[in-house]
Amino acid sequence: MIAYIIRRFFYAIPILIGVNVITFALFFVLNSPDDMARAQLGVKRVTNEAIASWKADYGYDQPLLINTQAKGLAKLTNTIFYNKSIRLFVFDFGRSDAGRDIGYDISQRMWPSLAIALPIFIIGILINITFAMLLAFFRGTYLDVWGVVLCVVMMSISGLFYIIGGQFLLSKFLHLVPISGYDDGLNAIKFLILPVIVGIIGGIGSGTRLYRTLYLEEIHRDYVRTARAKGLSEFRVLFGHVLKNAMIPILTGVVVVIPLLFIGSLVMESFFGIPGLGSYTIDAINAQDFAVVRAMVFLGSVLYIVGLMLTDISYTLVDPRVRLS
Amino acid sequence: MWLAMVIPVFGQAAWNNPYPASDDGQNILYSAFAERPKKLDPARSYSSNEYIFIANIYEPPFQYHYLKRPYTLTPLTAVAVPKPVYYDKRDRQLPEDAASSDIAYSVYTIRIRDDIQYQPHPSFARNEAGDWRYHRLSPAEIASLHNLEPLTQTATRTLRAADYVYQIKRLADSRLHSPIFSLMSEYIIGLKELAKSISDARKQTAKDAYLDLNAFELAGAKVLDDVTYQIRIHGKYPQFLYWMAMPFFAPMPFEADRFFSQPGLFEQNITLDWYAVGTGPYMLTVNDPNRKMVLQRNPNFHREVYPDEGEAGDAGRGLLVDAGKELPFIDKVIFSLEKEGIPYWNKFLQGYYDRSGISAESFDQAVRFTATGDTDLTADMKDNGIRLQTSVAASSLYFGFNMLDPVVGGHSERARKLRQAISITIDFEEQISIFRNGRGIVAQGPIPPGIFGFKEGKAGMNPVVYDWREDGPVRKSIAVARQLLSEAGYKNGINPKTGKPLLLYFESTGTGPEDKARLDWMRKQFDKLNIQLVIRATDYNRFQDKMRTGHAQMFTWGWNADYPDPENFMFLLYGPNKKVGNNGENAANYDNPEFNRLFEQMKDMDNSPERQRIIDRMVAIVRHDAPWAWGYHPKQFSLEHSWLYNSKPNLMANNTLKYYRLDANLRTSKREQWNRPVLWPVIVALFLLAAIAVPAISLYRRHELQVRG
Repeated sequence: MIAYIIRRFFYAIPILIGVNVITFALFFVLNSPDDMARAQLGVKRVTNEAIASWKADYGYDQPLLINTQAKGLAKLTNTIFYNKSIRLFVFDFGRSDAGRDIGYDISQRMWPSLAIALPIFIIGILINITFAMLLAFFRGTYLDVWGVVLCVVMMSISGLFYIIGGQFLLSKFLHLVPISGYDDGLNAIKFLILPVIVGIIGGIGSGTRLYRTLYLEEIHRDYVRTARAKGLSEFRVLFGHVLKNAMIPILTGVVVVIPLLFIGSLVMESFFGIPGLGSYTIDAINAQDFAVVRAMVFLGSVLYIVGLMLTDISYTLVDPRVRLS
Repeated sequence: MWLAMVIPVFGQAAWNNPYPASDDGQNILYSAFAERPKKLDPARSYSSNEYIFIANIYEPPFQYHYLKRPYTLTPLTAVAVPKPVYYDKRDRQLPEDAASSDIAYSVYTIRIRDDIQYQPHPSFARNEAGDWRYHRLSPAEIASLHNLEPLTQTATRTLRAADYVYQIKRLADSRLHSPIFSLMSEYIIGLKELAKSISDARKQTAKDAYLDLNAFELAGAKVLDDVTYQIRIHGKYPQFLYWMAMPFFAPMPFEADRFFSQPGLFEQNITLDWYAVGTGPYMLTVNDPNRKMVLQRNPNFHREVYPDEGEAGDAGRGLLVDAGKELPFIDKVIFSLEKEGIPYWNKFLQGYYDRSGISAESFDQAVRFTATGDTDLTADMKDNGIRLQTSVAASSLYFGFNMLDPVVGGHSERARKLRQAISITIDFEEQISIFRNGRGIVAQGPIPPGIFGFKEGKAGMNPVVYDWREDGPVRKSIAVARQLLSEAGYKNGINPKTGKPLLLYFESTGTGPEDKARLDWMRKQFDKLNIQLVIRATDYNRFQDKMRTGHAQMFTWGWNADYPDPENFMFLLYGPNKKVGNNGENAANYDNPEFNRLFEQMKDMDNSPERQRIIDRMVAIVRHDAPWAWGYHPKQFSLEHSWLYNSKPNLMANNTLKYYRLDANLRTSKREQWNRPVLWPVIVALFLLAAIAVPAISLYRRHELQVRG
């Protein structure tokens, strides 16, 4: 397994370089260094001299990808791409174009993101698995039919509706929780209740439906019939045997997103005023802060690759037949 | 049990209260900000979302009188607003009424109060030996710092005139990228040379090394004694006093600059952009722009009292009740980040924000129009004691023609008549009504109300676009516009070169679905003249590129006043200030020699009938040339709760927090009254769940019994 992980690590390097190049190209197609300078310097009374000075101070006065004026290796190294990207590979995110230490900001902002994402993830999975099991158990009955209809309805509704509806119902109408905001430590709990409820309810439709399908595929297999023949209760059949065997496809979807929980939710954080990494990314895009956008895309890519590796490893844990080679 | 678990967590009568229970009844003002401030250094900051903080921390020598209108400068830290003394080229003093052309230099001598102390700050702290306690932090100490809290020892010192001069020198430091350096270097003597000296000196030192600006000479800014300094500028520039009322000219103690310049602090995000050091009524105690910013009363704030005079009607509105009382009234101001309008609005209605603007979505809920067309609050708002404040912003949002464009630009009779026809056709009254809920007044020229040079009534009407009727100006008919179009050579909107309807291009940065209605409306305006309007939707960066290179044909743009002077609007049409070639703010690239000459004459004048006469002539010229279809001046609507007092819109001043007073007990009781938890729907929902679960359990049991036989 160690050899597999090392090999995957080396595979990741060209992927990350590719992601960086694409991010770089997409960003600079839309934003020139002059635009970035203007975004930082403001909209009023910005002179050409001020723009040139800002670019020089922040290292945006070099060619983008290839420096034709330079010689040898410097053709590649005396460029914005090289100088802004190479340090990422040692997780030195550098400074934002507004002058802040990106690594420190990420370390501060990932916790609020995690505070919402983790409960939604864990409680959401438990609820989805339970609901899916119930539907699988009552398959063919009116509960199953109406349950599936409800799932389809719930997955057809925009996430924004759940957010605004949740804020209206729980905060504005029932006055049970704050409508938005965040605080440190335990004081954060009252702010997390609403986004967590909204996040869980918003995911029930699709999650339950997917898992129900997976269970139904398993439920007609021979081992299930054998378990029933042994006289096991349906509860033990479903949770003791079917769930275990349905874990591989479930893990495919679940483990891969675990590292991405740090990245946060763009819309949710914005509406609930959560100072996480999702809103950090959105702010950077709006402010044309390339340094932060690049760092967040890089981080997202690394975490996604880590997620895929964890998924592969988790297969071996739930299914002894799978071996990583 | 569920309730028993939850109630201690909330610990308050109102469960949806976003603030700690300990804050109930405290003298705290709650406000919000939508966009995080990026720069709090007064040499760099030039944005309204930053000024709401730093204008209450830093104190320039002058401020705008809170209540008086028209806007009037009053002393803040200065003893008086100085009158400039004029000199000719040979440095001989000139009389006050000397002609602008004779004036080579203006000298402002500013005397500040001697009883002003800075807020407590670690940069002033000294050890037993008398050395600065925190000016030589070790690398290990710096590495452990992520904010200033571990630096527990603080001190203060008296404000000195030298601090103002130090700040003026900072404007010349290219490392700070001060947005007004370019403008100020045209006026303040020696500022350009100082910039070069500083730049040269920086090349000789380490990148982050502290550069003592006191060691550099600036011919245009001198310290005369501890409480007096003198600024010398080229020529006559009356608007300079307005600039000195902005944070750019606030004092900066060199100790603070030196403290924050220590190598390594920048890497720890500890900079003057993040930690302000001022003499104002408040100090920034929490700077977490991702969540909240907290301003706390400055314990060292100097004596300042609430004004005892205002404009007519202020006494009747209760705005003079606190006359003569010491400022500030509020102990703490908490600004929370609210990026979305819906949560902000709902929190205001729940009493968790003391003031709010009105978004388009919530406008109908808050405001209604009376039979006479006036605005009033809805019954719900009135029942809750909410008050409405309205004011016309010192801003212009205009529809511009690129004067370099071969079709709509230039000074030919054809192009002018085409622009005039379009100016008549675009019905801004309708646009304000449909898209701004009536929040705006149609512009008759470049100068908004409240600024010297603006004229009310018939005298202020644009005769190119309007006719005067008994009850006011009425937009000319489409027939007049068609006639002008015909005289321009486009009879019935047909371009004689192509034989097809004239094709014009409008640049728009609005590309989303919410902009579609507005753009469709714009197309319809041109349809009235049988002109085909092509919308060129583009992102803001490309739009700016097109504007700079002169490739935009027609566009919309806006300007917020820096200060209450007509020069700050007229310069938007001054030829040498063109965007193309000069990167100026004249986006229409309008260049009329007579207008330019009058502008040069007017800009240095004090407000007087003669200045008004010149402005009238300038306005008449641009109305005739029509480089803009004049657009509108936005009207600001804001709401405030019954427990907030002394609130009066002041579009020039940003340091207004110190004047507000509030009744925190009334707020607490209203919040509790408005936010009692409603539990019955939760109980009903639980019963419903149970009702669904019962048949499911029964079904499961039947199934199990069947299986077991």
